[in-house]
Amino acid sequence: MTPKKADKIAVNVLYGLSGIIVLILASLLTYILVRGVPQFSIEFFTQPAKTFEVGGGIIIQLYNSFYLLLLTLLISTPVAMGAAIYLSVYAPQNSFTTFVRTAIEVLSSLPSIVVGLFGFLMFVVQFKLGFSILSGALALMIFNLPLLTRTIEDSLTAIPSSQREGGLALGLSKWETVTRIILPAAMPGIITGVILSAGRIFGEAAALIYTAGQSAPALDFTNWNPMSITSPLNIMRPAETLAVHIWKINSEGLMPDGPDVSAGASAVLILAVLSFNLLARYLGKKIQKKITSA
Amino acid sequence: MEETVQHFKKRSPKRKQERFGKTISLVATIFIVSIVFSILFFVASRGLRTFTEHGVSAIDFFAGTAWRPGEVSDAGEPLVGAFPMIAGSFLVTIFSALLATPFALGAAIFMTEISPKTGKKYLQPVIELLVGIPSVVYGFIGLTVIVPFIRQIFGGTGFGVLAATLVLFVMILPTTTSMAVDTLNAVPRYYREASFAMGATRWQTIYKVVLRAASPGLLTAVIFGMARAFGEALAVQMVIGNAALVPDSLTTPASTLTSILTMNMGNTVLGTLENDVLWSLATILLFMSLFFNILTRWIGKKGAMK
Repeated sequence: MTPKKADKIAVNVLYGLSGIIVLILASLLTYILVRGVPQFSIEFFTQPAKTFEVGGGIIIQLYNSFYLLLLTLLISTPVAMGAAIYLSVYAPQNSFTTFVRTAIEVLSSLPSIVVGLFGFLMFVVQFKLGFSILSGALALMIFNLPLLTRTIEDSLTAIPSSQREGGLALGLSKWETVTRIILPAAMPGIITGVILSAGRIFGEAAALIYTAGQSAPALDFTNWNPMSITSPLNIMRPAETLAVHIWKINSEGLMPDGPDVSAGASAVLILAVLSFNLLARYLGKKIQKKITSA
Repeated sequence: MEETVQHFKKRSPKRKQERFGKTISLVATIFIVSIVFSILFFVASRGLRTFTEHGVSAIDFFAGTAWRPGEVSDAGEPLVGAFPMIAGSFLVTIFSALLATPFALGAAIFMTEISPKTGKKYLQPVIELLVGIPSVVYGFIGLTVIVPFIRQIFGGTGFGVLAATLVLFVMILPTTTSMAVDTLNAVPRYYREASFAMGATRWQTIYKVVLRAASPGLLTAVIFGMARAFGEALAVQMVIGNAALVPDSLTTPASTLTSILTMNMGNTVLGTLENDVLWSLATILLFMSLFFNILTRWIGKKGAMK
């Protein structure tokens, strides 16, 4: 075989392999949307789930997913921000820093089921928080921290060092330079990173089945007392999220219209993750424009 | 004079602020590191109880093939052989990596060497979208499409190693591809130019120069994909059938470490043998994840592009 012929064959094979990947994604998306979107109805989005009857909705699970996402971002962003600032500004080049980086890398490679089981052991059992939104949010925080820290650190170090030097030359402390100059400049990258992590959190289920629990008690959306068990604001109630719901109906197989409900719920999940991705891109660009007035 | 000396001796507000900033950012960092250690410590110390508290021998646990926690054999030994799950986990991981690697490398080469423009426009978003699809959705598709498909072709229930492999194949494809793309992009441009200048074709350049230079990074990409496959829980649990048997065919129900953990952790009481063996399974997962981590580091060090 001449080298020219080999080249032709190889290029065609590469085209084929890439084409198959695009085909796989296209058929995945089409399948979920074609199967799921017809399930959308007012009832589907406003009714609570029914275990043994046809026609249940997903309102409580959908609300739980968003509430849990909000809490997780609230507790994990400050911690990730602090660690990212330390690693990008203060961390000296020594073995302690290498050790810290290794630890964060290990954490990011742990399977999410292990994080969930640790959350169960620590928060649910040891701290006696029970199956609750709080336990779930703490477990998701652990799940989210390593990646978020890395994204924020990357956005901080991407700022040209002339900005840093400018701040220091004006007599600002390192802390002032970071909080007043670097952080605002890195904001587009940070916000994009936070929203992208939101997509990951929204679809996560393995870390939640033994922390936030697998049941969704009825909620009364007019009850704003955070101590009441039916209040949507209560953080001590068990809360099954949308992703956990899909897993649960499929592994239990009790719900007569289970496949339909999970198809609808999967479509909701995918659309949510998609819009998180689009939002991240859009916001990143918009803030960039506003800050640089370009 | 005295006043001036005092003024310079006192810590300035700026210095205080700097200290404050440094302290809270260090606290956040130490918090994350301590989480890692508590996970390692608490999970492993629970997992070791199987051997220390309940006196199960390591050989019975790792090589035993009968998994019926709560029952004892004729000899009075508890039936906690974890071999079926260990075998299941390794099988689905290796098979899915074998299946995904050619596709991932092919797509990565296509995106970096053959047609960067089309690659960036079509393949890049496709890969990003595939990463974003939640694992339960993959599980659901596996359950409603792949399992019935296998049932029709091979008979049986359709649940098993083959179904899990196919689901994991799609799941690890984007991880491996995007890491491979990064590695290929890091190969210096002049390597390619030198090869072209000597009259090599595009494929010769890719195969003999670019891939050789990038091989440590590509290996890391494959291992990352394998680590993800090994640790995936729910999608696998939904399609593998969850029978704690050593798989003797690809289309009969089997189980993995993660699937048994997912199924049974809620049905056992903390502190009993039935529960502690599950933590032992979790400990295996934990150590395998550490092992994959060390492996990629080692390859990175050995094969750093100079």
